[in-house]
Amino acid sequence: MRKRWLKIPAAWITPLGVIGAVIAVAWVGIAFTARLWVPFDPLAQDLPRLQAPGIDTLMGTDALGRDIFSRLMTGAGVTIPLALMLVVMSLLVGTLIGAIAGYFGKWVDELLMRLTDLVMAFPTVILAMVVAAALGPSLFNAVIAAFVVSWPQYARMTRSIVLGLRTQNYVMAGRLMGFSPFKTLRVDIAPNVVGPILVLASLDVGTAILLLSGLSFLGLGAQPPTPEWGSMISAAIQNFDSWWIGLFPGLAILTVVMAFNFVGDSLRDIFDPTSQVSRAGARS
Amino acid sequence: MGNTPRATRRYSARSPLVGYLLRRLGTSVLLLFGVTIVTFALANLVPGDPIAAALGEGAASNPATVEAYIKERGLDQPLPVQYVNYISGLFQGDMGISLRTAQPVASDLSKAVPATVEIALLAIVVSLGVGVALGSLAAYRRGKISDQLVRVFSLIGLSIPTFWMALVSFNFFFLQLRIAPGSGRLSPALAPPPTVTGFYTVDALLAGQWVTFTDALAHLMLPVFVLSLFTIGLLTRFVRTSVLEVLDADYVRAGRAKGLSGPRLLFGYVLRGASLPILTIVGLAFGTLLSGTVLVEAVFAWPGLGSYAYNSATSLDLPGVMGVGLVVGVVYLTINFAVDLLYGVLDPRVRLA
Repeated sequence: MRKRWLKIPAAWITPLGVIGAVIAVAWVGIAFTARLWVPFDPLAQDLPRLQAPGIDTLMGTDALGRDIFSRLMTGAGVTIPLALMLVVMSLLVGTLIGAIAGYFGKWVDELLMRLTDLVMAFPTVILAMVVAAALGPSLFNAVIAAFVVSWPQYARMTRSIVLGLRTQNYVMAGRLMGFSPFKTLRVDIAPNVVGPILVLASLDVGTAILLLSGLSFLGLGAQPPTPEWGSMISAAIQNFDSWWIGLFPGLAILTVVMAFNFVGDSLRDIFDPTSQVSRAGARS
Repeated sequence: MGNTPRATRRYSARSPLVGYLLRRLGTSVLLLFGVTIVTFALANLVPGDPIAAALGEGAASNPATVEAYIKERGLDQPLPVQYVNYISGLFQGDMGISLRTAQPVASDLSKAVPATVEIALLAIVVSLGVGVALGSLAAYRRGKISDQLVRVFSLIGLSIPTFWMALVSFNFFFLQLRIAPGSGRLSPALAPPPTVTGFYTVDALLAGQWVTFTDALAHLMLPVFVLSLFTIGLLTRFVRTSVLEVLDADYVRAGRAKGLSGPRLLFGYVLRGASLPILTIVGLAFGTLLSGTVLVEAVFAWPGLGSYAYNSATSLDLPGVMGVGLVVGVVYLTINFAVDLLYGVLDPRVRLA
């Protein structure tokens, strides 16, 4: 059984998925190694200010004389790991809560689902902004705020799957054999949840990056001098004429998010060929 | 049921819709209170020091001032009492005083709302038009090259950081090419039209000010374009799926067999059948638009909710941020309620279920 996981079925290899996977892997690689090979210290302010892209400074310098290329590459190490962590955290908490709600039903379900309703009564960026502002501006608080708005979709999806499976005969059979609720959830139900949740999670990495960089753009996330993409773009508002300050960090965000969306969308075709109308797949 | 009196039977035939609407209204009102609890909790219960933030460092170091402030705002009372005060304040339009503008948040926001709604409405119309066109095209040519292209295009639309796109397009179309008008809602030389709706385009038309109308419209173009990219991606994907689902349906085949094709088949049969799921997603798309304005308006110096949120957030003006959260929450709930209403009216299955 284990060996099968190592082989990638031919049907999985689509141009879109491969392009996405290559770009995503490249960015993750950059994220974890950038500090070792960038040409300049991303925090050092010793270059000429507002220098246009050239041979020395590939992407120019910002208003404080820092090398944008170096900041961009090390910036990958700020945003991408945080986004991945955020998605894993929301996935774990969300699926657990969704499974509990779906399996136990009654007032537990009612309570937990009203909680998700409450979160989803706000557009995501707005609620994240409000929470981050209340907690105070810092990258850590921005992650907390993003977590608050992103777990409910996992809970909703898991709940609906569990709800559909709970009364299936094979699940009942397990329970009659004396499986505890958690054993039932783990053995009989979890395998059916993994596929859809993985698809959701891979699409959510992109959303998480957009959300975190958006909060930093609003000044509620990364604080100076952290080389974070969103805050680098917001610095460009003060220097409209120096187009390179904002252009490159945005392209970085665009390519990473696009890569994860390509992967997620291709995964969806594999795991879920029939219903592509899941509300969870498209979020604000 | 056979011997039920006629009057009761008529009532029961109509009641599902009424019942459905009442249930929806009930949930919406409950959620509305939920929204106020969230903003209340965030404004009052989180760590951090709202009192110091409200009074400023200097005044907060004076115990007498702090005590007076606590008394005045009723912060020494139990939380449920504070919440009731908060709610009754809201009903009277009291959302606190902005730390940044020193004006009541409510009056600041009431000036900002029309500007944002004008953008959002136009963006939703544009996104629906383009989304329905692209989505139907992709569904009709399922698996072909154009379908793939639409898929890539819509995925890219969903991946663009809107605040960056705003910056880049403003830079390119205004500063470089000089074909777009500058920031704001109107050129500096023009006076705003007399306020009727608060939408400059509509007000200018009502006043017969043609020049003002075209100028206001030109100023709308770029923000609407930037905001629409994401929602176009969103709508295209859903339209494609919804159209695919009905394309094989018997009634569409019957339409084809009757000899219908082209626009008559598309609008009269296919899109009519696919309209319900599309309607649902329009509500969601509105939420993303409201989110988007927060990140986009500031770049265009568009004096709406988004700029207000941006300025409040960057200057850590908590009452301002909470006000925006509350207003947007209420607007979003109202829109979703309206979508549900339409849904129930259009689709008998929903209200009977």
